[in-house]
Amino acid sequence: MIRLTNIHRRFQVGDQSVHALNDVSLTIERGEYVSIMGPSGSGKSTLLHVIGLLDRPDSGSYLLDKRDVTALSDQEQAQIRGHTIGFVFQFFHLVPRLTAADNIALPMLLAGVPAQERRQRVARILAAMNLADRAAHRPEQLSGGQRQRVAIGRATVMSPQILLADEPTGNLDRHSGEEVITVLEELNSRGLTLIVVTHDPKIGRRAKRCVRMVDGRIDSDALQTPPP
Amino acid sequence: MKVLDTLGFALGTLRGSRLRAGLMLLAMAIGVASVVVLTSLGEAARRYVTGEFAALGTHMLIVLPGRSETAGVGPSMFLSETPRDLTLADAMALTRSSAVRRVAPLNIGSSPVSWGARERDVVILGTTADFLDIRHFKMAQGRFLPPGDPEAASAVCILGVKMRDELFGATPALGEWLRIGDRRFRVIGILSSEGQSMGVNTEDLVVIPVASAQSLLNTYSLFRILVEARSRELIPAAKEHIRATIKARHQGEEDVTIITQDAVLATFDKIFTALTLAVGGIASISLAVAGILIMNVMLIAVTQRTAEIGLLKALGAPAQQILRLFLAEAALLSLIGAALGLVLGQASSWLIGEIYPSLPVGAPWWAVIAAVGVALSCGLLFGILPARRAARLDPVRALQRR
Repeated sequence: MIRLTNIHRRFQVGDQSVHALNDVSLTIERGEYVSIMGPSGSGKSTLLHVIGLLDRPDSGSYLLDKRDVTALSDQEQAQIRGHTIGFVFQFFHLVPRLTAADNIALPMLLAGVPAQERRQRVARILAAMNLADRAAHRPEQLSGGQRQRVAIGRATVMSPQILLADEPTGNLDRHSGEEVITVLEELNSRGLTLIVVTHDPKIGRRAKRCVRMVDGRIDSDALQTPPP
Repeated sequence: MKVLDTLGFALGTLRGSRLRAGLMLLAMAIGVASVVVLTSLGEAARRYVTGEFAALGTHMLIVLPGRSETAGVGPSMFLSETPRDLTLADAMALTRSSAVRRVAPLNIGSSPVSWGARERDVVILGTTADFLDIRHFKMAQGRFLPPGDPEAASAVCILGVKMRDELFGATPALGEWLRIGDRRFRVIGILSSEGQSMGVNTEDLVVIPVASAQSLLNTYSLFRILVEARSRELIPAAKEHIRATIKARHQGEEDVTIITQDAVLATFDKIFTALTLAVGGIASISLAVAGILIMNVMLIAVTQRTAEIGLLKALGAPAQQILRLFLAEAALLSLIGAALGLVLGQASSWLIGEIYPSLPVGAPWWAVIAAVGVALSCGLLFGILPARRAARLDPVRALQRR
């Protein structure tokens, strides 16, 4: 499903050139559960951004569903971000003035889904995320775990094929983090391709496949048996 | 994204930042209101002045002897063209047209007027009964010249208010005989000082029948002929009639000048319209200032909402859509601001009208449309820069900011 070949990405930081991705090649099949680990600055977030079409690689090819997506226009990339890929961020990135329901509805609003259908799908997501009684709450009235569940709801409302999570538990306490990762794994068990970037070994160990990155290169890429 | 949803989302962001939105609305409203108020004041001045002129008699034409045109070198130059006098018969001939309602011949001169021991040198106006209506003068006491044959001289006169006061003091003047030059006239009326207008001071003159004036001043030539057309539309017809009649009576010479009140009026109309436009233009500078304020505050908003813009991009909004969202916000701001400004402007105009009732205040429709139009285009124009900046944001960098 995802096929990265010889991807390079350099950043200019001050007068230093940082090689965030150095000849990265990676193939991820549909329905996989992959964790990407590594120390900070190893390029794992950049890798996630490239996969999520938020960032363009300097060189290399990226085939998504056998389609070369690096050459697409902004409009077409946005279309793919909206319909095929869901994002979950460390800092939730909910819109503070919108209620939980409106935050979840946001991707549908952008995609031009009619209001009637928006309401139905939001209700279904709220129920699935166990947030039905929080629909009218604003983000600041929700706990961290609830906020991240709203964010996951928003990421999945367009029924994407890939869910990208950047440190989804990084800003949560142990219990909420556990809760959130369980929700993500449940989505994966229903066929969603899940890619989690983390530097928490406990979270990283739960995935069936773990990619370790060091200095912009893939250091190891191995299947593993998650602990029960 | 649907248009309605775009507007709804933009409205939501505005409600999310009330102070910012409020300040921008205020700026826009003040801009639009000042355009409305200033143009309605200019318009009021125009209407006031043209109204004053209309009181003089807008349908009036003035016939003067002699041509005031410059002619080129031609045979007529060597035929020693001396203008013929305008006579009373000329004036009477002018009445024979359906376009003409009234005609008043005018003879003017100066003569000593005395009553008892008091004597003054005064402007003497010889005319007929129709003069009163043509010039919209009013009587304070008594009556004006009696209608009848203009050729008949009768020994009656009408005084201006100041003349009466100076000659008679507290004594009633009506019915008294006074002396003008070497003749005696009976006072039959006093002109009211109200309705006094340009050119003629009604307080300081004596009016006598035109035939009497001719013999008193010893001249058969008229100073002017005042002609009133039946309606404003008939002024050109009346003018043509006058030209033809005079030409026929003066052996084919067009030796008169015809001035229409309408031409004077049109000139004033033009001057004041230009003035209103200028004032409106000055006021629209404040609209531009409001537009720049909108740009500033929107730029700040883009910085503040960087993370949100990054998020929208991550959720599948292309750059075009971000652009539309921010433009919708700017458009909403200027539209609501313009509506508030219109209400404010109309309320102020109304208030000015209440304080100065004689001033016909009211914004012209074109100013209202222009104000709203300029407000909208200003808002959109100055919204483009922030919107483009928002649309171009790099989603990764935008998201990294919390």
